[in-house]
Amino acid sequence: MKPSKSVGIVGYGAYIPKYRIQSTEIARVWGNDPNLVPIREKSVPGADEDSVTIAIEIARNALMRAGINPKELSSVWVGTESKPYAVKPTSTIVAEAIAATPFVSAADWEFACKAGSETVQACIAYVGSGMAKYALGIGVDTAQGAPSDALEYTAAAGGAGYIIGSAKESLAVVEGSLSYVTDTPDFWRRQYEHYPKHGNRFTGEPSYFRHVISCSKALMEELGTKPDDYNYAVFHQPNRKFPLEVAKILGFSKEKVIDGLISPYIGNTYAGSALLGLAAVLDKAKEGDRIFCTSYGSGAGSDSFSLKVTDKLADRKVEAPSVKSYIERREEIDYARYARYRKKIRM
Amino acid sequence: MDDNVAVIGVGLGKVGELWEKSLRDLATESIWMAFEDSGVDKVDALYVGNMSSGPFVEQEHIGAMIADFAGLGSIPAVKVEAACGSGGAAFIEGYMAVKSGLYDYVLVTGVEKMTDVLPSRTTSILANASDRDYEAFHGVSFVALNALVMKRYMYEFNVKREELSIFPVISHKNAPFSKHAMYRKEITLETVMNSPIISDPLSLMDCAPICDGSASVILCAEKKAREFTDTPIIVSGVGIATDTLGVHDRKHITTLSAAVEASKKAYKMAGVTPKDIDIAEIHDAFSIMSALSIEDMGFAKKGEGTKMALEGQHYIGGDLPINLYGGLKARGHPVGATGVYQIGELVCSLRGDGRVDAERGLAENIGGSGATISVSVLERGD
Amino acid sequence: MDVPRHWREQIRRYRLVGSKCKDCEKLSFPYRNVCPKCRSRNCEDYQFIGRGKIISFTNTNSPPKEHKYNMPFAAALIELMEGPVITAQITDARAEELEIGMKVEMVTRKIMEYNEAGLLCYGYKFRPIVEYAHP
Repeated sequence: MKPSKSVGIVGYGAYIPKYRIQSTEIARVWGNDPNLVPIREKSVPGADEDSVTIAIEIARNALMRAGINPKELSSVWVGTESKPYAVKPTSTIVAEAIAATPFVSAADWEFACKAGSETVQACIAYVGSGMAKYALGIGVDTAQGAPSDALEYTAAAGGAGYIIGSAKESLAVVEGSLSYVTDTPDFWRRQYEHYPKHGNRFTGEPSYFRHVISCSKALMEELGTKPDDYNYAVFHQPNRKFPLEVAKILGFSKEKVIDGLISPYIGNTYAGSALLGLAAVLDKAKEGDRIFCTSYGSGAGSDSFSLKVTDKLADRKVEAPSVKSYIERREEIDYARYARYRKKIRM
Repeated sequence: MDDNVAVIGVGLGKVGELWEKSLRDLATESIWMAFEDSGVDKVDALYVGNMSSGPFVEQEHIGAMIADFAGLGSIPAVKVEAACGSGGAAFIEGYMAVKSGLYDYVLVTGVEKMTDVLPSRTTSILANASDRDYEAFHGVSFVALNALVMKRYMYEFNVKREELSIFPVISHKNAPFSKHAMYRKEITLETVMNSPIISDPLSLMDCAPICDGSASVILCAEKKAREFTDTPIIVSGVGIATDTLGVHDRKHITTLSAAVEASKKAYKMAGVTPKDIDIAEIHDAFSIMSALSIEDMGFAKKGEGTKMALEGQHYIGGDLPINLYGGLKARGHPVGATGVYQIGELVCSLRGDGRVDAERGLAENIGGSGATISVSVLERGD
Repeated sequence: MDVPRHWREQIRRYRLVGSKCKDCEKLSFPYRNVCPKCRSRNCEDYQFIGRGKIISFTNTNSPPKEHKYNMPFAAALIELMEGPVITAQITDARAEELEIGMKVEMVTRKIMEYNEAGLLCYGYKFRPIVEYAHP
């Protein structure tokens, strides 16, 4: 899919909370084998953090890189599955905090881990149609894993956001995008449940792999591109294994994936996952680089994007903290503090 | 002597966790103690010093309530509020009422009933004395606010915690003598230093306690006072001033500008300087406030407020004995009532209670973190 | 839950908007309707940058009930680079890690909530500056 007007990323922002819990610590508490943990450590939001506060910092960082007046934003869309209010948009709080109100569209989007990339897809359309000059889409989560469940090792907090604008103002131009969706119940959470449920091995081949592969292949076919044409490939990263495996299947070499693979260090930030990986790549990329990015959300679906970096990235990327500075800002906590911050202790 | 105002009666109710006594019980008792002490049993007006009867006991309109239940008749009665400075402020209103010539006998009653609600609620109510939207909302308790001032003071003037914690020790020295005090024992500096930290660097023993209490004083013209006594206690100077509500808006975090202003006004009216003050009841709600009060009322240079304390000059026998009935720390701090306790205790000391021969004394009452401060100078009229 | 009172404070709390006197240019936070310097009533909104330095701080061992969830935290007096002093919590750092003079930056965090079903109140806190550290 290509909009009638050429668009791209005018600014991007990321955020990761500073607390970390090591997987070996989680394994210790539940009596699991510490050698079989899926990642090294994951990020944990502080007691005063939630998807709203994280989204606000992401938005501010994106604005710093874009260098635009927030009142010129036509949308502030937040994709998340951990919104503090079940009813009352996170987006309006973010919009107010960044002074984008009142002439702005705001709404919270949900599609598990691809809620964030959905908003980006919509921003491309909003700007590409000429309706908006700039549009902001954010993917953020403070994900919850049920205690002792496999997902507890990786459910983390963080996210990234993108301001889409015209191609000539962009630091990376959108060459094309595609969405691929089916009704595949691999992972869900019913309304009054605290923790999600998942289909275990069903979340692999018929879910993650099918949608990421199908979507990626279809976009490359539409654009007439091959994996070799790209310098970087970013995939939704629920752990370390899946993105490396899917890259191999699609034909992207490991070197192209590694810079955008940050879940081993901070865990799976769900709606923020692929977008954060993309931000990490943008922090490193140079003019002329081509980036391929495919997200995945349970339920299930994928959004694929093909991007080309312009000469504007070099100057803009330094205007806000890099993903690396947030990764390196860390304080280790134990399971007790983690349980307290994640409100797993019944009071 | 023409239009001087004098205090002719004092009633100092017991301070403590007085479960059996309601707010109206407390007020009535101190009022009748004052009547007995004065020799009159009727007054023309009532000024009540109280901070938060509404939040504490769900009762406003306590001017009328106390006039009613204390048997004062249909006299004009109002509540005067200036947070923990309500007592001092009410006293000055009473003073002005007599000075104006409109009323002959005026009763000033301070009363606070703090213990009916849970401590967490009390903390929240006391935070109403600070800036709710810009201090309390941010989780900064009243103790924390004073701790911020204390830490800055220690940093600016290179003062150690121990030097400030000497003030609770001084207040407690006079506690055994003080029959109405909440705490009647002396304490050591070690006890203060070892008590748990509430908000660094303030410890539990650096802070005045939550309690109930009521004190009353009766005022009239000096001319009339001499019908009752040969040594009336004259109110020779009063001063009251305000400062910014929030600590963050103060000109200097470590200066109580309202104390500077109020004391200057009081000294001027009384025609005296700090050197002429023999004893003082100062507002030792938190140790840091004692040091700042001493400095900002002109008894010490800025940053040297602990000097006299460390030299022992604030004990009886020293250059400036303070808090002769235990101060806020040992006598207790039933917030809105404190200012009237201070006046009453000052009067007792000046009349001569066998410990100190003082001619002139001062009472300083602080509201909030210093946004209202009143200073009253009283002297023996002989 | 005092919804209107919190709603009314939003731009002050979310964005650190104070006021500027149009006559004498004095900046104030919190905002003022009457200039504290020249008493003019000609005041307009002013957006502070959000950088400042700590001039005093304290670790609170018994904060008000609604803030216990966030313990331990330090409260601080922060001198904004534009001049006014503000009272706020320090976040992402414990009292032991702070010192007077430390440079801090504003972030928007949860301040309190009226229990699990009630209104969430967000507002400014300050944290040690996060470096940009570019690879």
